[in-house]
Amino acid sequence: MTKLVYFAWVRERIGKGEEDIDLPADVKTGTDLLRHLKSLGDEYAHALEHEKVIRIAINQEHVEHDEQITGAREIALFPPMTGG
Amino acid sequence: MAGGVSAPVTVRVQADDFDAAAEAARLTEGRADAGAVVSFVGLCRDEGGELSALELEHYPGMAEAEIGRICRIAIERFSLLGVTAIHRVGKIAPGANIVLVVAAAPHRHAAFDGASFVMDYLKTSAPFWKKEHFADGRDGGWVDAKESDDRAREKWA
Repeated sequence: MTKLVYFAWVRERIGKGEEDIDLPADVKTGTDLLRHLKSLGDEYAHALEHEKVIRIAINQEHVEHDEQITGAREIALFPPMTGG
Repeated sequence: MAGGVSAPVTVRVQADDFDAAAEAARLTEGRADAGAVVSFVGLCRDEGGELSALELEHYPGMAEAEIGRICRIAIERFSLLGVTAIHRVGKIAPGANIVLVVAAAPHRHAAFDGASFVMDYLKTSAPFWKKEHFADGRDGGWVDAKESDDRAREKWA
């Protein structure tokens, strides 16, 4: 099981802040993960519609979409940051 | 020596307000090698009276870690003597404080640059998101990231 966490409008559109899911073996990178999640339902497809905009963090560190996610404890998906 | 035990990094993410003057005083307390302290305070604008509040969401754990990482890079790069960064979360009213960055250095340019560097990276790399609430009850939605903030960060590259 992998813990997924969502923030801001990604969280609102998916309808939950976090979930534990079993990822298929062929989901190996951040890009694979986004494509897999989009196949799970309209709420995911809506939240992740513009894939390039979505930021990914593995174990609380920023990564690029082509990063390997295999073995990740926690993967976060969120919009570009607007703090400060 | 910058980056060692004598260059403390203090990072806090909190709902409560902060006291900028007290934080600046604490950063240089008990030391005489700092010739400059620059404090930056980011406030909530009312956007011409339209805004009733900003709501700040963050990624607990990563937000603190990312700000700490940015502060430590700034200490190395500008030979700072210490950095304090505090970011508020939750609902924030117009006129209230949002973020504080205090940088101490032997000389002013390093302190100015250090504070500016931390803010430019914090805005684009620390996991915080702003949602607007309007005075007339409308939900203003999530604030879009600005290209100007990306450019501000890139100037340090």
